[in-house]
Amino acid sequence: MWKWTKIIGNVNQRIFKANYSESKAKTIKACIVGSGPAGFYSAQYILKHLPNSHVDIIEKLPVPFGLVRFGVAPDHPEVKNVINTFTKTAEHPNFRFIGNVSVGTDITLQELRNCYDIVLLAYGANIDAKLNIPGEDKRNVLSAREFVGWYNGQPNLDKLNPDLSGESAVLLGQGNVAVDVARILLSTIDDLRKTDITEHALEALSKSRVKKVYLVGRRGPLQAAFTIKELREMLKLPNVDTNWRSSDFVNVKEQVESLPRPRKRITELMIKSLEENKSNEGNKNFLPIFYRSPLQINGESNVESVDLTITKVVDNKAIPTEDVENIPAQLVCRSIGYKSVCIDDAINFDDKRGMIKNTNGRVLQKDANTPDIGLYVAGWLGTGPTGVILTTMNNAFAVSQTIIDDVHSGAIKCDSTKPGLDPKKYNVVTWSDWEKIDKREIENGKKSNKPREKRLSIEEMMKIVKS
Amino acid sequence: MNQVLNKIIKINSINNIERLIRWKTKSGLCDRSIYTSRFLRHGDYEWKDPKSEDEVVNITYIDKNGKTYDVRGKIGDNALYLAHRYGIEMEGACEASLACTTCHVYVLDDYLDKLPEAEEKEEDLLDMAPFLKENSRLGCQIILSKELEGLKLQLPKATRNFYVDGHTPKPH
Repeated sequence: MWKWTKIIGNVNQRIFKANYSESKAKTIKACIVGSGPAGFYSAQYILKHLPNSHVDIIEKLPVPFGLVRFGVAPDHPEVKNVINTFTKTAEHPNFRFIGNVSVGTDITLQELRNCYDIVLLAYGANIDAKLNIPGEDKRNVLSAREFVGWYNGQPNLDKLNPDLSGESAVLLGQGNVAVDVARILLSTIDDLRKTDITEHALEALSKSRVKKVYLVGRRGPLQAAFTIKELREMLKLPNVDTNWRSSDFVNVKEQVESLPRPRKRITELMIKSLEENKSNEGNKNFLPIFYRSPLQINGESNVESVDLTITKVVDNKAIPTEDVENIPAQLVCRSIGYKSVCIDDAINFDDKRGMIKNTNGRVLQKDANTPDIGLYVAGWLGTGPTGVILTTMNNAFAVSQTIIDDVHSGAIKCDSTKPGLDPKKYNVVTWSDWEKIDKREIENGKKSNKPREKRLSIEEMMKIVKS
Repeated sequence: MNQVLNKIIKINSINNIERLIRWKTKSGLCDRSIYTSRFLRHGDYEWKDPKSEDEVVNITYIDKNGKTYDVRGKIGDNALYLAHRYGIEMEGACEASLACTTCHVYVLDDYLDKLPEAEEKEEDLLDMAPFLKENSRLGCQIILSKELEGLKLQLPKATRNFYVDGHTPKPH
């Protein structure tokens, strides 16, 4: 009898040992660079589906959430609810937020890879594509990215000082970012006051004399890049009339029935608005213009007008004609897309397209078309800067599943010897530090009935952390 | 304003009542505390078990991998938060405030006709959802009622293969 107990005991011990060492072997350290939606959704997925994983998110700024904080318009607070989901992820015991550490500056990619089994790059697309036309460097020719960053409190953009004393603003590009800018320029100040828009932007917008906002697109109404939700918001803005050019809509009505549903619904809405053609005296105007491509920006030092080449659309492409239209403008914002930057020379970066070369999220090796196992890319940095939050979420989940597949297939060695980043080496902002900043911002917002008053500089943020 | 709304409520079906309450609450037209908290605290209501069989609404979820989940819900449950309770991966990034499309579902069989029609805002969002179909809805806008007994909701398939240049793979 004693023999049996002993044997069973031994077996139990062996099973315990086996389980223990197995689980220890499976411990895997992953690092995600960037704390926007791509980063947080990836962290969420990896932590959920890869037991024993430890996930660190490294963020350049002391504050998390990327474009949810700095891109989403202040009057779209519902979109920011996703922060609650991200916060749940951040509270996972195997998660660390490592803020205020810049990959490529404070630490190289290779150093980072020495610390982790997996590195996932998800730092998004933070520069804007240029038009490369004459006059683009004139004063008050801004990028929509800068303008958005200015009203959303992106560090260092509070000094942008856009001149809003002119009557006419031209937005080059018709995506939802351009529509956001148009809406902020045309909204009543009392509506903006209730949002978390920065105080300096509120101050400047309250003195704004901008009355006409043009939204210029190279192609026609059937190729319009803005989406219906954003357009409907424009049509409902108080004291703003939306005026279309009927010449832009020749033969459009006839095609409506044959369009796929989303395109059909938005085209119908444009036609309905065109037919109403509201024009109330004293109102501001939102003026979408199609078939115009930016040619040059005129003016002395300040912008005075924009020359637009008249185009026609052939096979969905804008073909320039000889004709030019001139539109007076005292403010110009280009909004023709974002680009990513290469933060470390070791990255296989496609300069032309402004994104990392990859297949299904596996970063390709430099000079070879095979994946660099252990290095991944998610979100706009890997797909290009298009799509809504769902698109980024799906991509983040899919790339994370690819990572998990590589772990299960044994392609990624899980020897658990990687140490993870030692936060003591850097001036790190932790999650609880961020909570201090968050709390302070919300408190400061209360004074003026705003959901929050964002801190504007890294120094100010760090002061709160150290307090 | 409230009087008018209350009158409308009386002559509407249960689903519309719920929708109106939600709308009233959202638009700040009524004191939140007057009404039950079920639409206000996200997902709390869905964690309560049905009090009686009369309340029970059985529904089925089919997740992105084709796995089915039979769920015993109850009248008034939000299909998004009910999914969360049972560990079904349906995201709800904007927390049912009609600002995203992360809870996009397909309503199977003829249940689509039994649901109240989508609001304009929901339709607008659906236009942005990838793989939009005739029977697409947002899960967060589906509130269970007795009529929906047997409801089947399918999550869009996971798309594992994506290409940086937007190339769509051809079927083999």
